[in-house]
Amino acid sequence: MIEKIIYVLMPIAVVALLVQITRITELLSKINKEEPNKVTTRDNDFQGKLYFIVIMAFIIFVVWQMIVWGPLLLPAASSVHGEIIDGLMNFTMNLILIVFFVLTPMLGYFLYKYRGKEKKFAYYYSHNNKLEIIWTVIPAIVLTGVIVYGLRVWDQAMNPDMTNASVVEVYSKQFGWTARYSGGDNTLGNANYRLIQGPNQLGIDLSDSTSHDDIIVREVHLVKDKPVLLKFRSQDVIHSAFIPHFRVQMNCVPGITTQFGFTPTKTTSEMKAQEGEDFEYMLVCNKICGGAHYNMGMKFIVETQEEYDMWLSQQKNIKNTLLTL
Amino acid sequence: MADHHKETFLTKYVFSQDHKMIAKQFLITGMFMALLGMAMSALFRVQLANPGKAYPILETLLGKWAPGGVLDPNFYLALVTMHGTILVFWVLTGGLSGTFANFLIPLQIGARDMASGFINMLSYWFFNLATIVLIWSLFVETGPASGGWTIYPPLSALPQAMPGSGLGMDLWLIAIVLFVVGSLLGGLNYIVTILNLRTVGMSMQRLPLTIWALFVTAILGVLSFPVLLSCGLLLIFDRTFGTSFYLSDIVIGGEALHYSGGSPILFEHLFWFLGHPEVYIILLPALGITSEVISVNSRKPIFGYKAMVASLLAIGFLSFIVWGHHMFLTGMDPFLGSVFTFTTLLIAIPSAVKVFNFLTTLWKGNIRFTTAMLFAIGTVSTFITGGLTGIILGDSALDINVHDTYFVVGHFHIVMGLSAIYGMYAGVYHWFPKMYGRMMNKGLGYLHFWGTFICAYGVFFPMHFLGLAGLPRRYYQNSSFPMFDGLTDINAVITFFALAGAVFQFIFIFNFFYSIFKGTKASKNPWQANTLEWTTPVERIHGNWPGELPTVHRWAYDYSKPGADKDFILQTEPLKEGEEEH
Repeated sequence: MIEKIIYVLMPIAVVALLVQITRITELLSKINKEEPNKVTTRDNDFQGKLYFIVIMAFIIFVVWQMIVWGPLLLPAASSVHGEIIDGLMNFTMNLILIVFFVLTPMLGYFLYKYRGKEKKFAYYYSHNNKLEIIWTVIPAIVLTGVIVYGLRVWDQAMNPDMTNASVVEVYSKQFGWTARYSGGDNTLGNANYRLIQGPNQLGIDLSDSTSHDDIIVREVHLVKDKPVLLKFRSQDVIHSAFIPHFRVQMNCVPGITTQFGFTPTKTTSEMKAQEGEDFEYMLVCNKICGGAHYNMGMKFIVETQEEYDMWLSQQKNIKNTLLTL
Repeated sequence: MADHHKETFLTKYVFSQDHKMIAKQFLITGMFMALLGMAMSALFRVQLANPGKAYPILETLLGKWAPGGVLDPNFYLALVTMHGTILVFWVLTGGLSGTFANFLIPLQIGARDMASGFINMLSYWFFNLATIVLIWSLFVETGPASGGWTIYPPLSALPQAMPGSGLGMDLWLIAIVLFVVGSLLGGLNYIVTILNLRTVGMSMQRLPLTIWALFVTAILGVLSFPVLLSCGLLLIFDRTFGTSFYLSDIVIGGEALHYSGGSPILFEHLFWFLGHPEVYIILLPALGITSEVISVNSRKPIFGYKAMVASLLAIGFLSFIVWGHHMFLTGMDPFLGSVFTFTTLLIAIPSAVKVFNFLTTLWKGNIRFTTAMLFAIGTVSTFITGGLTGIILGDSALDINVHDTYFVVGHFHIVMGLSAIYGMYAGVYHWFPKMYGRMMNKGLGYLHFWGTFICAYGVFFPMHFLGLAGLPRRYYQNSSFPMFDGLTDINAVITFFALAGAVFQFIFIFNFFYSIFKGTKASKNPWQANTLEWTTPVERIHGNWPGELPTVHRWAYDYSKPGADKDFILQTEPLKEGEEEH
């Protein structure tokens, strides 16, 4: 009970305190024979210096974060296209950091340098066409570079050579992932949402014989340096398959099949050696999909061809699972 | 004229047709919604800093939404959704444009009121109705809408997908429909007023930049909000009448639904056709206010007036052809993605021009640090910081790995959230004397600014690191996957600053209401500014000017003009013999 009274009284006390502070500051300015709430030269001096200091502190805070939290960022990409993306990222990041580290302190310095003084007149400077053309053209040139570089990387990432790729389907629903390997024929059997029933949770068309060698699994195994084409489907709402270490992300949209092809370059055990024993490649959901959205992931394992073959041989295909039921 | 009839309480304070009163109605409704949105963010920030920790007070406050004092995951999503909806539409569209378009347009162009006072009144009351419906949706059994403020179907279309997609979603859609009607009525009025009711001598080339910004904003709104309206109506059809505009091939809860042939991607296209211009509907008024406040308080003309207008127009135009950058990863044709990357990165050019012009305006100024000026400079700072990360997000190749991560959350909260909120604060502090005839307290204003500025960067800058570590947004906790375990510290820092920053906003609320009643009396032109609103009497009469409307003889930015005896020249002052305009 007493607690509740305190909760009620606290805001009242705070308001009363603020009223008193306000009155005192206004009285003080009357004593100093100043018009209350008018910005004085002293205010300009103090605020100008303070703004400069705070902006410089912000810059230091940014650098501090880069040093302390930098190691938490994702390690270098584990895929062929990812390495190219990382190159573009480093280039763009350095570019914007340079601009940031020039413009922000410049802003702070101007505030300090040109803080208001009495009997000073500002410089009447309304326009300068030459200057304005220069600083329109320079960003335009720099951005042209960024755009051209960016589009080339985008083109490479979106159109990799997938002629010898193995095809794996990644299937999403609230709240979990399933994967389907295309088997010996490297062709995924047809599927239709109307066939989803009982154990046939992916709606696979069992009358389509290309589906018989398909293999359904709950974690994805990939071979190092071998291209893989992921095909995404969704059963209910939009999900997004995000595998940060590979620089792979694609939405899974009900009614549409989307895809993303890439080539992994580092095995899980290589990454464990580099990042620590707990490391796993994870595919996580990155499109809000309901209450357990934050909990929807699937493990990816990259290994050598031998390890992969061994694992695959232990998996049962549809002929031996769904068809025998 | 309107000022001849006798006013009752009802016509003066409730169903007022005076643009100044309507502006205050928008402002106070917006402030109320801002507090609500902020309270929601405080709740989910507490959850993110200490996932799963029990706070018994939460159960007292929220009942079944925080069983045992721990936020329910579905309610977490509801909070995120409503926070976004409230801040984007209610605070930074209704609250910002509604307040300053209404307040400034007639006053700064020299008109007695809006073109249609009645439609203007309707605009507010539709907004008010929308507010009531949205708040109502917080109290329904299944909870408010929870599918994110972007309400992508099928999640938002199917009550089976999440509790918030039940009645809460219906009410959300009704609220948005009402909101859009209000916005359109307001927007048409703003455009007509600016085009037709400018006083003698107020050519378009002499309009203050606030009015230019509000003009472009109104055009963007009128062209894009109808698309949101139809987008929402089709969603209502899918939800209620069984059509399949957005839905196809869905099995949910073990049941195959009848929907066939629709596409959720169609929804995204329609939504973002509004959604991207909406970003600039939020941002441009703030940039307009910033231009005005920086010029007045640097005691210098705004640098490159024509370039400022041209960049507003360029940003406005480009904002209509970039919406696809929200959809790079929907499986759209990579070539289309290239086009959107190209148009998106072009926006950096007019934005850079704006930043350089702001900086040059400050250069060699005689800067007077009013609270409004502190906030306006804050806008420049956040516009730089947040605008730059847009170059990463707009690049489709880079978007692959930062899309929908906290990097995006950090980016848009800084460039659009903070810039716009700072612009709004700058506007309130700057025009408060004209709104209420009194001054806001200076000391409290300074305290409010510094607390806000420092805490806001403390909240949003670290989010970039979360995003670059791969953490998706809208996650109830970061600890589900071992790869995000190291990020709890960053989340704790963010939450600390978020809660601290929230406290400082109450100083503003106090200052605002205290000053309405007890603030020191303002003079007619307390900031020694040039624009027309400062020639009106302190008493704020209906019709704005007693007697004749003012005549305009010069642009709005003759500060510290050589040859003048003081450092400002009102727009109503005729040019002297041999004086060049600028």
